[in-house]
Formats: sequence, C-alpha cells, structure tokens
Amino acid sequence: MKKYFLYFFLAGFFLLHAPLFAQDITFTAADNPNDDGGAILLEWIAPASIPEMIITRSIDKKEYIEIARVTPLLQTYIDDENIEDGQEYYYKLAVLNEDGDIVQSFTASAIAKAQWFNTDKIPLLIMTLLLGSAILYFIVSARKGKRLYIRKISGLDTIEEAVGRATEMGKPLLFVPGIMDLDDMQTIAGLNILGHLAEKVAQYDSTIHVPVCRSMVLSTAKEIVKEAYLRAGRPDAFKPDSVFYLTDDQFGYVAGVDGIIMREKPAANFYMGAFYAESLILAETGFESGAIQIAGTAMPSQIPFFVAACDYTLIGEELFAASAYLSNEPTQLGSLKGQDVGKAIIIITLLVGIVLEIFGIHFLKDFLATH
Amino acid sequence: MRRQIPMLITFFVGALIIISEFIPHKPFGTLSTSLEGWFLIISGFAIILGQLSLFKVNIIKISRKAPNWSYYIIALVSFSIMVICGILWGTQKQPGLIPISDKILNFFGYKPFDYIFKYLFENLSATMFSLLAFFMASASYRAFRARSPESTLLLVAAVLVMLGRTTIGSSLTGWIPDSLGFLHLPNIASFIMKYPNTAGQRAILICAGLGVIGSSLRIILGIERSYLGGK
Repeated sequence: MKKYFLYFFLAGFFLLHAPLFAQDITFTAADNPNDDGGAILLEWIAPASIPEMIITRSIDKKEYIEIARVTPLLQTYIDDENIEDGQEYYYKLAVLNEDGDIVQSFTASAIAKAQWFNTDKIPLLIMTLLLGSAILYFIVSARKGKRLYIRKISGLDTIEEAVGRATEMGKPLLFVPGIMDLDDMQTIAGLNILGHLAEKVAQYDSTIHVPVCRSMVLSTAKEIVKEAYLRAGRPDAFKPDSVFYLTDDQFGYVAGVDGIIMREKPAANFYMGAFYAESLILAETGFESGAIQIAGTAMPSQIPFFVAACDYTLIGEELFAASAYLSNEPTQLGSLKGQDVGKAIIIITLLVGIVLEIFGIHFLKDFLATH
Repeated sequence: MRRQIPMLITFFVGALIIISEFIPHKPFGTLSTSLEGWFLIISGFAIILGQLSLFKVNIIKISRKAPNWSYYIIALVSFSIMVICGILWGTQKQPGLIPISDKILNFFGYKPFDYIFKYLFENLSATMFSLLAFFMASASYRAFRARSPESTLLLVAAVLVMLGRTTIGSSLTGWIPDSLGFLHLPNIASFIMKYPNTAGQRAILICAGLGVIGSSLRIILGIERSYLGGK
C-alpha cells in the first residue's frame, strides 16, 4: 500500500510541477504578420537569469544551422534570411548555461506567407476613408451648386496687388519654389500657385523670375509658366529664360537668389514651397530690398522666420489650399471644406482620447499608437 | 489628349500607391520603392537639363552684355573647372578618365576636385550659412517689438526662452528654493518649448498633413490641374 502511495505522490508531484517547468520557457514560431512573405517571427518568454540562447533552423529536422544568438530580454527575432514562402522551417531554441553548454532546447515550426492586407494600418484606412469620403461629399455638393463659405486668406488676396505694383514700378517679380524636388508635396503646391501668379503676370504684362534648384522642378515650372501665358492669351510674351536653374546646393542657391534680389530689386518676392535654413536669409534680403513679400511653407521650424520677415505668410495647410482658393472653382473649394471636416474629426478624436485617458481607459491611445 | 493622358497616368499611379499602402503582398509592397527608384533615374537625366539651362542663361547674359555680365563669366568658369577636374581626375571615391600624377597629388594634398570642394566650396557655403546669425538678430528685433498684445506675448516668451537657455538665466534665478523650482528660468524655458511650442508645431503638422491629403486627392481625381498648366 505504501508503495502505491509513493507512486501516487510521485505522479502527483510530476503532474503538478511538469507544467510549471514547461511554463518557465515558451518558444513559438509563426509567419511574420503584415509583410510580403519571406520572414518568420520567433518569440520566447524565458527567465532573465539565462545568460544566452542559440536559435538554429532546419528544413528537414535533421541538419540545423545557427541563425542567431539571443538573450531572454530580446523576446523576439525575425528570421528573414533566405526564407521561402510555403516551405516549413523548423527552429530550435537552445538554452545555454554560464559555461556555454546546452541545458535545454525547445522546438517550433512555421511557414512564411505574404499577406493581402496590413492589419496594422486599419486606423490609417479608417482615417483615409473618412477624409476621402468627406472631401468627395463636399466636391459633389459643390458641383450640385451648394454655396460653400471659405475664409479669406489675405496673403493670396494680395497677389493681384503685388503684380499690379510690380507693373507700375516696372520691376519684375521673383518666385522661389523652395529647395526640394518634385517628390515633395510642398513643391507641387508652390508650383500650382506659380501657375496662377504667372497668368496674372502675363495679363499685366509684367515680368517674373523663377530661379529653381532642382532640374525636375525646372522643366515643370517652365511648362507651367508657358501654359499660364498661353491661357492669358499672350504666348508671345513668354520668355523661356525667365525660369532658370541655379544649383542643387542649398547655400549656393541662396547666394544666387540673394544676388538676384539685390541686383534686380524685384517689386514682390514669393517664397512658396519647402524651405530649411535658407528661409530667413532669403526673406531678410528681400525685406532689405523693400519688396512686398509673400511666403508659404509647411515647415513648422521655418514659419516663424517668414512671419517675422514677410508681409504675408501662408501657414501649413494654407499653402496646400492656395491653388484651390485662387482657382475659385466650386469643386476645388469643396475639397477644402472636406479638409475642414477632417480637422473636426481629429479634434473630436483628440478630445475623446484625453477624456478616456483621464478615466484610465487606454483603448483609443493604444489603438492609434501601436499602429 | 495632351492633358487626358497625363491625368490618366496620375490617377492610375496615385490610386496604385494608395492601395499599395495597405497591401504588403507582392508586387504592391515594393511598388513605392520601385517608383522612388524611377524618380531618381529620371532626376539623374534631368540634371543635364539643369546644367544646359545654367549654361544657356549665363551665355545669353554675357553675349548681350547684361548689367554685371562679368559675374556670369566667373560662374561659367567655376562651373567648367569643377566639371573638368571631376571628369579628368575624378574624386576621392571615384576614379577619373586619366590617372592623377603624384606631382599634382603632392601639390594639392587631394585630388583637384576634392581640394576645390574642401577649401573653396565648403568655406563659401559656411559663409552663407553664418549670415543667418545676423539676419536672425535683425528679424528678431522687428518681430519682438511690443505693438499689440500678441506681439507683447511673443516678446515675453522669447525673452524667457533666451534667458532660460543661457547661463544668465540660471544665475538670475539660482537663489529660488527648490520647492519653487518651476520659477527657475531654465525650467520656464523648457516648459515653453515642451508644451505650448510643441502643441503649436503639432497643430501645424496635423493641418499640413490634411492639406497634403486634400491636395493629393485633388490631383489624383484630376480636379487640380495647375501642375499640367491647366486652371
């Protein structure tokens, strides 16, 4: 009887403690989520006291090759070295003791595959759909003839005044489309404004200088100014050399533009696009020359410089709204109204987030922050 | 047709880029990287256009003896020297058409292109950049005049930040006990930079982001056509 008690006790001991040992270290392998395949995510939970662990990989469970040496604190490892989609890979996590001997090993396997939807980007998709729908709704409303109120943007209303002043003074206008290339949305926004400005310049029979610092911007700006003259019915007045390339170098470009400002003394300077440290050098030189200055950028660190040195500054979104505002087309103005709805959504989300955080509910913050 | 085809291409590529943001599967996942590569290739070719424009504009001004025409000669000569040195002897990392002789290398200590870049170009760039300090002073002088409540607020904030960021700020308020540490000028400066300043900058960034989305949609849908020369 004693013997059975002893067996029962031992069986009970192992049954109770075996899961505890197993729970000490867990090791899993799975397809790396939200990628285009070719990667397997390995995860483990292990006591921090373990000095080192070795991960090995095999495709036939026979021959294992070492792929990494990790520590328990690392917790994850993405294996993306020569991983083929659809092939099953077997992994071993070998736990080493302080002498470097393997004392325990755990196995796991996984198959890599590509995903058709990135679930990490669900919040972005929701925001994109909401914003897109709002913008499209107001564009359709405007097309149907609904009157939309758009607040006045003084800097843009002054464009005609600036061109008129330049014509009266017999001086040219200067347009600087920033120092970035066409892959920057601010440059495109600046060039859109250039189209409207050049049309006014053509109507008033004034002249415009457009020095650029990127070759791609050169060809685009030249085409935009040429088309603007054509639209104004004065294609003969277009001078191809009014749009010219200076240099790709930031301060070389500034030196060139400053030289033009001091020599030609333009009646009005327009700085529309992406600017960095050169913003104040340009704007202050323009201020010294006595020109009307209108600037627009979405670079938060450069806006104070333009505000200090220019007569009018388009701040952030105003730069992107400028073209729609100047065109006065209902459909374009409708899209601006849609952006306002987007702002309202963001403000509401922020307020809800603040309230939830105050009450210790972190759902919204986690949902937005982790994605 | 001249407008419709570019607009169709814009719509197709724009829509594809938006879709590829949410689909990691090939070929969508690598699409934007591939297109960035295309952009770099095109801009590489476009550099020739820029250089031709530079040459043309300068030569026209010299031939017409425009005011200050002699400066345009300097620009052309400088440009030519750099191009010739770069093509003939190359740079530190790239070999040129002909091997550089030890005599030239010993004389300059560098390849001619690198020598001009290091001892002329870099100094000229630094000179232009250093002008910023003086312009900042003159712009601040105008901006910080207390003409209205808003500009007075700006002046007060600017003075507090400037004092807080210098040793004067620490020494002026160093005597304040730690229990009133929030009144230390460096702490006030940090507070202004960390909270009101960051909040303002983020507001601008969020609105600019919305502006980018709005502009992109207008361009993709063909509502905005200014970049094609349309209204």
